[in-house]
Amino acid sequence: MKHTISVLVNNRPGVLARTAGLFARRGFNIDSLAVSTTQNPDVSRMTIVVEGPDAVLEQISKQLYKLMDVIKVLDHQDEAVVTRELALVKVAAEPALRGEIMQTVNIFRANIVDVSEHTFTIEVTGSAEKIDALITLLGKHGIREMMRTGRIVLSRGPRTA
Amino acid sequence: MSKQRSTKTKKKARPRPASSARKTATKAGKMIGAQALIEGLRREGVEVIFGYPGGSLLPIYDVLYDTEDVRHILVRHEQGAAHAADGYARASGKVGVCMATSGPGATNLVTGIATAHMDSVPIVAITGQVPTFAIGKDSFQEADITGITLPITKHNYLITDANEIPRTVKEAFHIARTGRPGPVLIDFPRDVQQADIDFQYPEAVDLPGYRPTLAGHTMMIKRAGELIDSAQRPLIYGGGGVNSSEAQTELVALAERADAPVTMTLMGKGGFPEDHDLYLGMPGMHGTAYSNYALHEADVIIAVGTRFDDRVTGKLDMFARNAKFIHVDIDPAEIGKNVVPLLPIVGDVKLVLAELNKRVSRAKHPDWRKRIDQWKQEYPMRWKGDGLKPQFVIQQIHEATKGNAVIVTEVGQNQMWAAQWYPCKRTRQFISSGGLGTMGYGLPAAIGAQVAMPKDVVWDIAGDGSIQMNIQEMATAVANKIPVKVAVLNNGYLGMVRQWQTLFFKNRLSHTDIQVGTPDLAKLAEAYGAVGMRVADESEVCPAIEKAMALKDRPCLIDFLIARDENVMPMVPAGGTVDDMLVD
Repeated sequence: MKHTISVLVNNRPGVLARTAGLFARRGFNIDSLAVSTTQNPDVSRMTIVVEGPDAVLEQISKQLYKLMDVIKVLDHQDEAVVTRELALVKVAAEPALRGEIMQTVNIFRANIVDVSEHTFTIEVTGSAEKIDALITLLGKHGIREMMRTGRIVLSRGPRTA
Repeated sequence: MSKQRSTKTKKKARPRPASSARKTATKAGKMIGAQALIEGLRREGVEVIFGYPGGSLLPIYDVLYDTEDVRHILVRHEQGAAHAADGYARASGKVGVCMATSGPGATNLVTGIATAHMDSVPIVAITGQVPTFAIGKDSFQEADITGITLPITKHNYLITDANEIPRTVKEAFHIARTGRPGPVLIDFPRDVQQADIDFQYPEAVDLPGYRPTLAGHTMMIKRAGELIDSAQRPLIYGGGGVNSSEAQTELVALAERADAPVTMTLMGKGGFPEDHDLYLGMPGMHGTAYSNYALHEADVIIAVGTRFDDRVTGKLDMFARNAKFIHVDIDPAEIGKNVVPLLPIVGDVKLVLAELNKRVSRAKHPDWRKRIDQWKQEYPMRWKGDGLKPQFVIQQIHEATKGNAVIVTEVGQNQMWAAQWYPCKRTRQFISSGGLGTMGYGLPAAIGAQVAMPKDVVWDIAGDGSIQMNIQEMATAVANKIPVKVAVLNNGYLGMVRQWQTLFFKNRLSHTDIQVGTPDLAKLAEAYGAVGMRVADESEVCPAIEKAMALKDRPCLIDFLIARDENVMPMVPAGGTVDDMLVD
């Protein structure tokens, strides 16, 4: 099963390597990972999507806490969260099909951010499922290039880490 | 190099030959980075550094030239420095310190750091590094040692600003010695060693992400007491945490209150007095048959400071399957990693046991004790056969040292025989590379232990394979008049691997016979300036040991030519269960 965890870490050089390295050497698979600074410039926040049973997640959390630079590990399994992911999709868009693609893009509240003679580049944000769905629909036109950020998550409501 | 130094550094006067008062007094104020490091070590109570100089450490070694209160012991290979610091730490309970230059010096420390990491030993490793402006340029003798040691240190640092030196040293020692102890590495670029700083040593550390839990959860301890009281067949299974927390008194009290027999792992050896009638010996692969049977039949197991290593458990889902577990450990990540306990207690073993003892009623379990006594009679620890036997040699060392020696081992058959046949009385008496199983550990670790405990007798129980992996440290022992005694159990084989080949690979002895090429080890010891003896017959054993015991100012090596084909027994094959145990 997939788990989404947030890890608050000291914003220092090498911390990403320490964290990612831990996942690798303990045999935990990272599905996606997104990092940025937070409202506190000394603290970075990582959102990590990891696959595995609950027992594995508990072990991951405990191992993360052993890193000096890890301040807090949050498991979002049992709480309401806002989840977003961003994708850029460059899709083949011959003139005859442009109308259809634009309709699809509108339905998904996505944006066409670049147009060339033969392609559209589409920006879409949302849940992983929404992006998956859009990519499936665009797939038949021929996806030339694609990039997705990792998932990012915040708890809903006033709760803060 | 000096041309590349900043003008700021150039202006800085070299440390002058100082008055003796200045050499020993703690200092604050203006100094260079190298002085700040040594001053930091002084503040942390460091008495000895095991090290080896090199280009990137020259400023630090220049400061050491004038330093009298921090002793430097020059090893002959950096791996020896790391193991010596480790042996020093295990014998004394203090933080061991080793030092090596950048690049190859630093990478030579790696095995020693990994050894300390696996066995939770507090050491601080200091490495020289190329100047900050040269980092990342594949400079001469550059290696990314913080990257390399990421998975084998508790934490590590690359100091890029000399003003960070006091805080870094303070934190490094704090992290190494608190919580679950472990190695910390400080990588120290040469220009930072030479930069000026205004030295102020911090009083406290500020590590928001690091707050080890020491006191156990009161409710869990209460429930553990109740569970122990309800047990019919209780058993204590203790590990290295008992030794690092120095909890022997509390553990004995618990065992006696609960009338619970005790099995201690290789790492826990000495954490419970082995002459106690509740003691069962070691569990696991080369443990006693009766401790393995007791684990199998116990109904409540109190696992203390131990990590359910595969060498103890064998096949995990068959391990102690009749038992409910209480697991006490300072590292939350150990709890539930291999075995999920009914009652987890995170905390320092000594503190938790002291509280637990208040919750446990006095009990007697005569039926359980009787059952164990029957196993003891049925499957005693024994050896038989002709020729010079390793077990006999170790028994004689035990007798000659009245069971008081600090026993350090190499890795392999020698290690298991030492664990089986030298009963220990006290914490920190038995020093062995348990987790990593590092051949070549014994001699340098014995040197470290002897430096820590100058009044104790220190024996390294060795094999002919592993002693040759760090034999060069004989020079360190000779030069520093360190009277370690090395007993080589020489069977001309890489004996443990040979044993597995015999038992599990149809005796196809692939590359394990090392007899040809191995020098006369006694003569080799003599060549170093140590005393060397060779013993081939039982009658010569005791006189040789007596002669070794009389030496106080130099090391000694006795080459015991033992029966070649002796196996370590009993044995539970890897991944096996008690039912698979080979008794002899």
